[in-house]
Amino acid sequence: MSTFFAIFIAIAAVVLLALLAGGILGFAAEKFKVDSDPIVEQLDALLPQTQCGQCGHPGCRPYAEAIANGEAINHCVPGGQDTINKIADLLGVEPLPLDSEYGVEAEVKKVAYIREEDCIGCTKCIQACPVDAILGAAKHTHTVIVSECTGCDLCVEPCPVDCIDMIPLPVTRQTWHWQAPQGVGSTPVRSAKLIPTQQIG
Amino acid sequence: MSEYLLLLVGTILVNNFVLVQFLGLCPFMGTSKKIETAAGLAVATTFVLTISSVLSYATYALLLKPFHLEYLNTLSFILVIAVTVQFTEMVLHKTSPVLYRVLGIYLPLITTNCIVLGVALLNVRQAHPTFINALLTGVGSGLGFALVLVLFAAMRERIHVADVPKAFRGSAIAMVTAGLMSLSFMGFAGLVKF
Repeated sequence: MSTFFAIFIAIAAVVLLALLAGGILGFAAEKFKVDSDPIVEQLDALLPQTQCGQCGHPGCRPYAEAIANGEAINHCVPGGQDTINKIADLLGVEPLPLDSEYGVEAEVKKVAYIREEDCIGCTKCIQACPVDAILGAAKHTHTVIVSECTGCDLCVEPCPVDCIDMIPLPVTRQTWHWQAPQGVGSTPVRSAKLIPTQQIG
Repeated sequence: MSEYLLLLVGTILVNNFVLVQFLGLCPFMGTSKKIETAAGLAVATTFVLTISSVLSYATYALLLKPFHLEYLNTLSFILVIAVTVQFTEMVLHKTSPVLYRVLGIYLPLITTNCIVLGVALLNVRQAHPTFINALLTGVGSGLGFALVLVLFAAMRERIHVADVPKAFRGSAIAMVTAGLMSLSFMGFAGLVKF
């Protein structure tokens, strides 16, 4: 009889402990609930919001979610090295060079330009544009709203008559800036070459 | 009063769990590449150690000992530790998402950090376990772990940019460094006479 009693006590003790533990965790899960991953918001704010889809995701926010779930940080072509460095800084990981599989970072900012004499008004580029920067209707010539164009060149491919060019943005008083001297103020690109091989001091 | 101070110094320096008793080596080697990560894990582990040490002592004193269930020590302590770690993870996810992401897998792995279970078991194995002893051992071992982890991470960051011979690069030099650190901590052995 006393053996049964001892076994009962032991089981009761463990059950009590487990119930207490479950209660605490249940309370904590309710109290410290995380609605959406806050890191996604921060990543989304760093991405350029061109919604160009060159990273393979339908927009910047889906890519931010993908990064939060462990995708590589170097797939954003419009953001370029600058954005990669900022993301690496936020996540505390090593910055990587831009993955050339997704595209090459443009030296200067470009915008799409439609040669209107060649345009046949097929609206295919309008459907391709992720930011609605192309104005036009069927059988009418289209044109690009320069201030809205993000230079993602997604409209170049679908054009059946190849009338869209990517031209460098003309330098105006608003867009001109001083050329930073080499090595000062320019974004440092971390690579194996730049890591000092000898400790100083 | 002085015996509590001695207990604290003893657990932080003399009987440092990582470098003298060789417990908790996995996070010691795993999270010491960057000092920010190391500091984050050090704080999280210290917190978990303190809470779990106290809670497992309470479990022992209030539940297990009165009913003569000492043979359930390990089982119930693991339960208590798992709850504490899970709780810490939830709080951290809410309050510091960046740190939560940086720590990643090492955060739930605090559960399997030998120091945590080691402290809980050593607490109740003393001749006269008391609550204040359990608390101080928990805090002390946590601080000791934090101290060596941050020191080691700082050293590894410096070594990373140093000109290390090719054969020693990476984990090899980290092991050598850990060994030398351990050797130097042996020097604390004569600090406190018990």
